[in-house]
Amino acid sequence: MVAISKIATGNGHGENSPYFDGWKAYETNPFHPKDRPDGVIQMGLAENQLCFNFIKKWVMEHPEASLCSAQGVAKFKETALFQDYHGMPEFRQAVAKFMGKVRGDRVKFDPDRVVMSGGATGAHEMVAFCLADPGEAFLVPTPYYPGFDRDLRWRTGVELVPVVCESSNDFKITRNALETAYEKAKEANLRVKGLLITNPSNPLGTILDRETLKGIVKFINEKNIHLIGDEIYAATVFMEPEFVSISEIIEEVECNRDLIHIVYSLSKDMGFPGFRVGIVYSYNDAVVSCARKMSSFGLVSSQTQHLIASMLSDDGFVDSFIVESKDRLFKRHKYFTWSLSQVGIGSLKSNAGLFIWMDLRKLLKEKTFEAEMDLWRVIINEVKLNVSPGSSFHCNEPGWFRVCFANMDDHTMEVALLRIRTFMLKHNEAMVPQKLCRRSSLKLSLSRRRDGFMSPSIMSPQSPLVRAIN
Amino acid sequence: MEFTRNNNNRQLLSKIATNDRHGENTPYFDGWKAYDSNPFHPTQNPDGVIQMGLAENQLCVDLIEKWILENPDASICTAEGVDRFRDIAIFQDYHGLEEFREGVAKFMGRVGGNRVKFDPNRIVMSGGATGANETVMFCLADPGDAFLVPSPCYAAFARDLRWRTGLEIVPVDCKSSNNFRITRAALEEAYEKAQSSNINVKGVIIANPSNPLGTVLDKETMRSLVSFINDKSIHLVCDEIYAATVFGSPRFISIAEIIQDMDCNRDLIHIVYSLSKDMGLPGFRVGIVYSFNDDVMNCARKMSSFGLVSSQTQFLLASMLNDEEFVGNFLRESSKRLAKRHNVFTKGLERVGISSLKSNAGLFFWMDMRPLLKEQTVQAELELWRVIINKVKLNVSPGSSFQCSEPGWFRVCFANMDDETVKVALERIREFVHQGKEKDGVSEKSKHWRKQNLRLSFSSSRLYNESLMSPHMISPHSPIPQSPLVRART
Repeated sequence: MVAISKIATGNGHGENSPYFDGWKAYETNPFHPKDRPDGVIQMGLAENQLCFNFIKKWVMEHPEASLCSAQGVAKFKETALFQDYHGMPEFRQAVAKFMGKVRGDRVKFDPDRVVMSGGATGAHEMVAFCLADPGEAFLVPTPYYPGFDRDLRWRTGVELVPVVCESSNDFKITRNALETAYEKAKEANLRVKGLLITNPSNPLGTILDRETLKGIVKFINEKNIHLIGDEIYAATVFMEPEFVSISEIIEEVECNRDLIHIVYSLSKDMGFPGFRVGIVYSYNDAVVSCARKMSSFGLVSSQTQHLIASMLSDDGFVDSFIVESKDRLFKRHKYFTWSLSQVGIGSLKSNAGLFIWMDLRKLLKEKTFEAEMDLWRVIINEVKLNVSPGSSFHCNEPGWFRVCFANMDDHTMEVALLRIRTFMLKHNEAMVPQKLCRRSSLKLSLSRRRDGFMSPSIMSPQSPLVRAIN
Repeated sequence: MEFTRNNNNRQLLSKIATNDRHGENTPYFDGWKAYDSNPFHPTQNPDGVIQMGLAENQLCVDLIEKWILENPDASICTAEGVDRFRDIAIFQDYHGLEEFREGVAKFMGRVGGNRVKFDPNRIVMSGGATGANETVMFCLADPGDAFLVPSPCYAAFARDLRWRTGLEIVPVDCKSSNNFRITRAALEEAYEKAQSSNINVKGVIIANPSNPLGTVLDKETMRSLVSFINDKSIHLVCDEIYAATVFGSPRFISIAEIIQDMDCNRDLIHIVYSLSKDMGLPGFRVGIVYSFNDDVMNCARKMSSFGLVSSQTQFLLASMLNDEEFVGNFLRESSKRLAKRHNVFTKGLERVGISSLKSNAGLFFWMDMRPLLKEQTVQAELELWRVIINKVKLNVSPGSSFQCSEPGWFRVCFANMDDETVKVALERIREFVHQGKEKDGVSEKSKHWRKQNLRLSFSSSRLYNESLMSPHMISPHSPIPQSPLVRART
């Protein structure tokens, strides 16, 4: 046995949870409308695939945005050589402008504060390295993105302390919950260095209201701890109420700006997770400087900076894109949630994100996480949908599931909805509204295959943590 | 409420954020200021400072540009390639595109003279070689552990290997007396010294071909290295990012080839690779970790999420590197052009009595300026360096920045400029040397310097400008864009 690091031999990468078992089902039997119509439909990936035709059109009309076209190749050499960690000025300017537009131009972002990172994954790790020492902690409201456990803790040695939010008040982040978590950390002898919020929220799909945000800023200011706002879903707010960014709040509330940092990315808002465009935007000069030095470990490919700079500096395109994207998300969300309600399935009222927070508490055999996992396996194996169980998001209450709706075409969506409808009618008639029951005469027999899904499995490529972010 | 920023920051930020291990606060950076405020341009600023401190490979970019125009389907933005746009834009699987891994594995094999086959399934991505080196350290060692690093070595190893990982570096001093060979004795000595100071040595990291020396390791040295690490059961990390810049004999031998013929624990062997030097694409951030240890490979792959290669770039390179004809032609032509450029410089310098370490690889040569030092000290080296920057107007890199134990050596890059600039640079050096000779009244026929007679007197007041003596902070708003650590790699 050769000695390697503790980091390498530990489980900090987060991939050994039973959560991953479900992915195997999808992997071995992925849905395809023609080739595999009975396969498992992927609803566990928070991807935004609704606007690609729009983007493709722009790309075709702007060959100069590519280093590889006749119109763009003159820039090839200087771009291929460009490895300055400040990033291309046009790129930073375009990103800063985009961030402003996404916030309705209510705030202006400074291109000199835009620092690159290896996706939002790299951004979070980088911020943790800048703000906390090993053994120190961040507070994180639950439920939260499972990747945080890895991104913030694995190589940094930083701890996470959950701020427990309850469904009884729609998972609001209350002052009480914050104080409780802070005290708990203190009791465990953990020095809290900051609070990380995701707004809009993954997995809830909700946004934080102004009062809550102000309260949060006051809290961190009083405790003199950092506030990290992960705003990677900012442009996915498709309906009222309007998104309020931390960048806006600090203009209204007196606070130490050295405590304020934003993590951003183009993976969700634009649907470009492959391009690895992560951004750290800090109001603290020392953090900007430090993060910039660290960005050497995960710069954005200059080829991609060039493309993005071109795309995002096209005001006409950006304005239309933002509107179009919201519109398509709105329609998809509306149709999906309405269809679910038709069969008695509710979800948390949401106006953002690429997913809904589905409420299946009534379907649980008992109010336990074990029952949640059982139900999950049924959904995967019988209904053949890969959704994400709430426990993987550290939700304190069993029965919630995150279901992604923006990563498939209309036809696949219909198939998914039909399967849900069928399942509800067959097994949960009590929950389905009466009028639908009487109309339907569907009888389907579903084979019950339970073998092989109880055991933890080897990491599969489509699993969420294989994707840098989901 | 009053907020006292600086004091607050010291307590508010991490130790990593407030220490100096990012390496940018060295006096070494002062010199870059001169270049940045007065960069050479053939027509607009012919008296400016010529950049010879950046190890960039600009000699074959025309070949790549030609290939790109002939292969529009390698781009997801052209009419021929745009149908792939969506699939590629959403592809974030940390295994990487299969064609990309295959292309890279094939390229690495080719560069190693096709004596080894690299397994595409062992190819793991990282944020450039910078990210690769850091990732490997995170996988192999714990905070406080150490790696032996033969000196002189790449300046930014101090940051890449230590900064966020908490590891330490123990230098293995190599001497010019035997051409900076890495001897078993030197390794043993460094190892013993570390162990007796209670420093836990977890491995050795070498760069082959060497930066800054431009030399390749011979078979004996490599076998001796493998035997050393195997005996001690410590890791061997080989940074082979200059593998394809070998332009003369002896040929490059990859560590992968050495272990084929040796009894050794392969779990101890790891390669770091990149396309930044061999292909001249540093902006594309293509770093590769290739480990023979399954656990390390799996761990590094999970860590690659922190620095994956942009799928747009993976797609382009997959196409390029799988074009065997292009690759063959590129490698041949690149070697030729590097050889020529290297020859022009080294011969040009020899003619004025300046020698350099005999080398056959890299994008630089290791220039011997020891005869010109007032005294054999680092201080004298830095003084000479300032003269070279301010008087000769060439930005070269002093050996002390590479932790060289002997003062007087300078790394001079030659592949990052066009032929005209080469002529200007050589002319300036010639001028400088002749001026020195004239002042001494030394005959022009003499090819060797007599140290004690050498007096360089200059009227330029910029020489001993106080601001150039002191280390300074690089602030967020007044960056030095051309500085080596600003570039992810030099």
